[in-house]
Amino acid sequence: MKEVILEYIKNEYLDEDEADEMSLDEHSPLITSGIVDSFSMVSLKRFLEKKYAISIPDEQATPEAFNTVSNIVELVKRHKKEA
Amino acid sequence: MAYPTAVLEAYRAELQGIRDKGIYKEERYIHSPQASGIEVEFPAGAGLKKVVNLCANNYLGLSSHPRVVAAAHRGLDERGYGMSSVRFICGTQDIHRELERKLTEFLGTEDTILFPSCMDANGGVFEAVLNDQDVMIADRLVHASIVDGMRLCKAMQDTYKHADMKHLEQKLQEHQDKRVRLIITDGVFSMDGDLAPLDEIVALAEKYNAMVFVDDSHASGFMGKTGRGTHEHFGVVGKIDIITTTLGKALGGASGGCVSGRQEVVDLCRQKARPYLFSNAVPPPIAYAALEVLDILSGSTERRDKLEENTKFWRQGLTEAGFVIKEGDSPIVPIMLFNAKLSQDIARDLYAEGIYVIGFFFPVVASGQARIRTQLSADHDIPMLKDALEAFKRVGAKHGILGLDKKGIIEKFGL
Repeated sequence: MKEVILEYIKNEYLDEDEADEMSLDEHSPLITSGIVDSFSMVSLKRFLEKKYAISIPDEQATPEAFNTVSNIVELVKRHKKEA
Repeated sequence: MAYPTAVLEAYRAELQGIRDKGIYKEERYIHSPQASGIEVEFPAGAGLKKVVNLCANNYLGLSSHPRVVAAAHRGLDERGYGMSSVRFICGTQDIHRELERKLTEFLGTEDTILFPSCMDANGGVFEAVLNDQDVMIADRLVHASIVDGMRLCKAMQDTYKHADMKHLEQKLQEHQDKRVRLIITDGVFSMDGDLAPLDEIVALAEKYNAMVFVDDSHASGFMGKTGRGTHEHFGVVGKIDIITTTLGKALGGASGGCVSGRQEVVDLCRQKARPYLFSNAVPPPIAYAALEVLDILSGSTERRDKLEENTKFWRQGLTEAGFVIKEGDSPIVPIMLFNAKLSQDIARDLYAEGIYVIGFFFPVVASGQARIRTQLSADHDIPMLKDALEAFKRVGAKHGILGLDKKGIIEKFGL
């Protein structure tokens, strides 16, 4: 799951030259570093919901919950269990 | 009345947080009309300083033009000061409709509706014409007012990487099941000064059956051979479904904005757009002055030609001096410094030299992309810009950045 989400973030949010320069892992800050802003975060939420057949309530789609891939994995796992 | 201590303390802590981040905004008081040369009191209480203004949106130098000022006086004399009503009750004068007609003609669209500002136009238009069966696909660097307008709308939100046509195409393919696909972009991007490739965007819109929205606030009046905007620059006049723009920048600089485009879009805004329905129109002096501005621009391209000449001189001068600038065709010329503190230090030193510019850094621009944004005006002249360039060179030399590329500046100052 980690790899799939990392791959999505690279394709969706980084320019080609940035993707080459930047080493992104599951602990890299996404929101606080400005890679993903609140405006473009919606497509990430939609991707996760579709890919993992879950529904993330808006109040849980916080900048903290989406700030690292490891946080995102945790959020997705929690919802998959509930589903 | 209740103003609990806990709330007061929370507000103070929030304000302190803004100060601690170094992003607390302070106003500078200008004691003269808006122009390329102004008298500024900064910090508050300091003596007046004459400076060259390189940070106004006064692209055509019309903010204090004698003909525009005289027209505003005439508006005041002939139609009064205010309307004391929203448009659809008793707040529409003949001149408001006349201005809408003239803007339609100028922008090459079907109809136009005025708003109190372009911020309001962007705040109202999406909700008025889209519903939950639709999708808005926006460039990631669009203006904050568009982001706010999109948030007020029930249509699905999506974004594409800045000016990345491959990514936009992918998104258009993804959303083929929607009733309306609306591509949303600025014409000229305010922080980078680059242009949305409207010819390619229109081609994609035609291929994937999408509508196109352009906020041309930083282009109306001067981009394109006759200054009609970014759509003229790219040869797609008549192919943009919705244009929003402002009267608060090149077109006189006071206030007011509009939605211009397809007849039905404008009609729906007149029925449903909340900032239009629940606020007053621009007052008569502004309507008169804006009509005069359009008259000046329709009569001659002299001012946009001079702006183009000034822009070429400035871009070439900065490049030859060894600054890193964002390439482009617009009169917005960002000087890239990457490091936030460096942008503040250089802006301060330039002010001491009599040059008024502002340093921008995260979160106004992306992290590690700090810059000084300079903006040209037809009110500048070449001798004035030559002097300004010398000041930039002195300050650039003082900080040892002349001739350094991005890597060199980051190595020297960090990010």
